Amino acid sequence: MGLEQKLGDLGIVTTTLERAVGWARTRAMWPLLFGLACCAIEMMSTQASRYDLSRFGMELMRASPRQSDLMIVAGRVSRKMAPVLRQLYDQMPDPKWVIAMGDCASCGGVFNNYAIVQGVDEIVPVDVYVAGCPPRPETLIDGIMKLHEKVRQEPLKKWQ
Amino acid sequence: MLTQTPTPVNEEALKVRVEDVQLDITFEQLKRLVSPRALTGETMLMNMGPQHPSTHGVLRLLLELDGETIVNCIPDIGYLHTGIEKTAESKTYLKVIPLTDRTDYLAPMSNNMAFCGAVEKLVGIEVPLRAQYLRVILLELTRMNSHLVWLGTHALDIGAMSVFLYCMREREMILDIYEAVSGARMMSSYIRPGGLWRDVPTVFFDLVRRVLDVFPKRLIEYEKLLTKNPMWKDRTVGIGKISAQDAIAWGMTGPCLRATGVKYDVRKAYPYSSYDHFDFDIPTGTNGDVFDRYKCRMEEFNQSLKIIRQALDRLPPGPVMTSDRKVAPPPKHEIAYSMESLIHHFKLWTEGFKAPEGEVYFAVESGKGEYGVLLSGDGSSKPRRVHFRAPSFHNLQPINELARGHLLADLVAIIGSIDIVLGDVDR
Ligand code: SF4
Repeated sequence: MGLEQKLGDLGIVTTTLERAVGWARTRAMWPLLFGLACCAIEMMSTQASRYDLSRFGMELMRASPRQSDLMIVAGRVSRKMAPVLRQLYDQMPDPKWVIAMGDCASCGGVFNNYAIVQGVDEIVPVDVYVAGCPPRPETLIDGIMKLHEKVRQEPLKKWQ
Repeated sequence: MLTQTPTPVNEEALKVRVEDVQLDITFEQLKRLVSPRALTGETMLMNMGPQHPSTHGVLRLLLELDGETIVNCIPDIGYLHTGIEKTAESKTYLKVIPLTDRTDYLAPMSNNMAFCGAVEKLVGIEVPLRAQYLRVILLELTRMNSHLVWLGTHALDIGAMSVFLYCMREREMILDIYEAVSGARMMSSYIRPGGLWRDVPTVFFDLVRRVLDVFPKRLIEYEKLLTKNPMWKDRTVGIGKISAQDAIAWGMTGPCLRATGVKYDVRKAYPYSSYDHFDFDIPTGTNGDVFDRYKCRMEEFNQSLKIIRQALDRLPPGPVMTSDRKVAPPPKHEIAYSMESLIHHFKLWTEGFKAPEGEVYFAVESGKGEYGVLLSGDGSSKPRRVHFRAPSFHNLQPINELARGHLLADLVAIIGSIDIVLGDVDR
């Protein structure tokens, strides 16, 4: 069907391994099923009927960090939660990426106080920050697309 | 009498186990929480959460298991502690409203209403009738919003995936309404002391009518999927029972309490926002188990629709904000030519209005139960103390009673049925 017709009789595609791997990694990212606060509800909406994250091969949220390669930090991280979050991150196998979803995860948001970690980048490295309180599902999808762009350009060497 | 020598307690091994579960308590404290059998190693201590798909957020439970049967279930909360109550003390009354959105984030309007109601009570403001009716419509939509997420996730936990997708589909209709009135999908901050931020746009009425048209049919769909489904009944009937006395003693409110047969609803008991103008019933259950809680909430959908229909038909014209300029900002067109209005506008948004000294309690019936606000003013424009009586927090308390003796798999159904939101529990 589609692809074969486009390729014609050639049957051969030339590309670099790096690009092929980068492409493959973006096609089936499995996010960690990990909701913290209000943003998690918007993350659920993103997955559900109207916004349908499975269009990006991401409908499969894994509850176990060992099976996932993307952590969407959806919500505010309290000081009590921070060590748990770090532990989850450490349990994820490489290569792994982190999206800080929402203002709280990005910079503390409206909660500039004793209880909330002022930006999750204090404890884990963040690849993409998604702004909004909560970000609309479109915004989250945009953040995911940005991450895909980034992953596609990542050199293979990094993971040696 | 035959006396059996108890197995000697292996303190060392237990201390290791205490370190395993990483609780912020000492060994002595743990001893008091679990049964003596745990100390001899007869039962097993197990950790559940805070990252667990069916604890509805970041609830952590320490379980004592005898095989698969739960002996003790000890909640460890605070993983989402946000310090909202403390932060509120440093904000003007108006600026606390966005914080209330973020406590129980599935029912933002109910929280707005509770806080604004408390401010209105403290300052003594009359709210125009149109605003009251619009509030009622929005509050009932909020109840449906909250119940939809509950139904979706509860069914998902028990294993009915498709219900989740249907519920989220319907929820989008309600979020569209939120967006039309306030501009935000979730964090609306639309209800303000003295009325509403602005009048609703014309599209609001079409959107609400659409919900009224579509929803009853969808409700039948859910019922078809679940109510008579033998699998659903197996997992819910007789699970997590609590008696009416116990439920009252533990401070349960909302559908959890009504499922035990107690007819308590803040909307009827202490009517606010002219709920007494409308005709509606309070659905109650008899057994107080997971299935009855489910039935109560399903019936509440119908009652909500009934209230919305009445409020929409009888919606009076008029302003949606009180004329009391103490709390109401001057209309924009006045600012253009009146110096005083401009100054007033500026003062109101920077300094805020002052509330008298005193303490008030104001409660609303949110989707989860009695959501109350204890507000203490000290004569300035910032509250001295704000306390939220969060229904989720109180409904979570008897979890040990509810879960004891049931299987581990049933715990998931029980957590789902008490409908907690961790943002509300921890605040
Ligand atoms: S960014 Fe806003 S919506 Fe997201 S967790 Fe923080 S307060 Fe909630």
